[in-house]
Amino acid sequence: MLTFEPYGNPTYFALLGVALLPLMIGLLYGKRSRLYETLISIFFLVLTFGGAKWTQGIALIIYILYEVGLTWGYAVYRKNHNSGPFFYLMVILAIAPLTIVKVTPAVENGQSSLIGFLGISYLTFRAVQTIMETRDGTLKNYNLMTFLQFMLFFPTISSGPIDRYRRFEADYRSVPDREKYLGMLQKGIRYLFVGFLYKFILAYYFGTILMPKLQLMAMHSRGGFLDLSWPLVGYMYAYSADLFFDFAGYSLFAVGTSYIMGIATPMNFKQPWRSPNIKDFWNRWHITLSFWFRDFIYMRLVFWFMKHKVFKKPTTTANVTYIINMLVMGFWHGVTWYYITYGLFHGVALMVNDVWLRYKKKHRQSVPHNHFTQIFAIFLTANLVCFSFLIFSGILDKIWFQ
Amino acid sequence: MDIKATVLDILNDLTGSDVSGAMDENLFDSGIMDSMASVQLLLSLQSELGVNVPVSEFERSEWDTPNKIIAKVESLD
Repeated sequence: MLTFEPYGNPTYFALLGVALLPLMIGLLYGKRSRLYETLISIFFLVLTFGGAKWTQGIALIIYILYEVGLTWGYAVYRKNHNSGPFFYLMVILAIAPLTIVKVTPAVENGQSSLIGFLGISYLTFRAVQTIMETRDGTLKNYNLMTFLQFMLFFPTISSGPIDRYRRFEADYRSVPDREKYLGMLQKGIRYLFVGFLYKFILAYYFGTILMPKLQLMAMHSRGGFLDLSWPLVGYMYAYSADLFFDFAGYSLFAVGTSYIMGIATPMNFKQPWRSPNIKDFWNRWHITLSFWFRDFIYMRLVFWFMKHKVFKKPTTTANVTYIINMLVMGFWHGVTWYYITYGLFHGVALMVNDVWLRYKKKHRQSVPHNHFTQIFAIFLTANLVCFSFLIFSGILDKIWFQ
Repeated sequence: MDIKATVLDILNDLTGSDVSGAMDENLFDSGIMDSMASVQLLLSLQSELGVNVPVSEFERSEWDTPNKIIAKVESLD
């Protein structure tokens, strides 16, 4: 049997179109068939995790049963109890499979873990968030079937965007009226076509045509200061462009497909290259991931540190938490020196950014603010980001150590 | 003291700027508030008004102007 990478080739899109047509007609007439949605979800999951990738399929099924057990069990427990240590234990258990998958290649010579499958990270984010909101009492009516639909919602299963249970549930339980749905349909189809341009034309050009050539040139130009060279600078920009168009393209497919299904999955990118500073960049780049980190790591840690008065000054609290937050993000990408350095780089960048913002606020009169400074800020931010992606790309590992 | 005045006081203390003249200004877009300030706001609401808001209740779009914050606190009080 064939296996398909989600949104990987024209056949996948053709199948998608055929499968979505009855659903579109239904929604236009104000009907949502849960049964049909479940059937096509299963169909596309089998396409992705069946055939030659059947071991991943088994891993997915076991993983889902495990996370359903944890979240359901915790929701039942939370009705009458609220112990802190038990909550932490649940979070640790929910993260455990992902941790094993991320650490295995680093300790087993690049060997990937048997329990891993495409999308495990994104499912873990959804499960952990569900447990945390259950603890807070903001998520009161946990429903097992809705949770399954939320986890296994096929348009976003492989790489997000990371939706939130309560937001998803509200969409899933209702049917948009015809006018609203027509708007969603129009948007959804436009997203798919912009996605084609991003992923199959631009990302293809930068990633498949340009990058290998520049990498070869950079490898041949070693020998100078730190083995740096102009082709490496070119590689940095080509890699950054590829990373953006590839992932923004995928995200547009996932969001577009969701919209066609009447689910307003949140957008992942908002013109990130226009950010005037790093802080703003993280409000525009891989938004659902950075907001997940903001809401479930950064804000919670800050809350805990301040409540227990761990640090005297709020700025110290913010700085320490920036570093922890971005280091966790680095480790999440994988246990390699370049992912961790990338995380550290962004943690420090956020700290420096805050120092500058405070300085600017204090010296409002003496710091010029005009068209030119705005363009300079955008230019500087974009280049800092591209430099961080050069670290992230891992090419320095090849240039220095291979 | 009423809720509105207390919330405005907290915001003034937190951000170092008087926000009472721009009750519908988006505090996050203008850079006056950030995640750190959000958490400080939640802690101050707890200590000064006894209003308990868990972090996951803090949906940024519902808390991004002085007027919205006041309305939110009044609804939780």
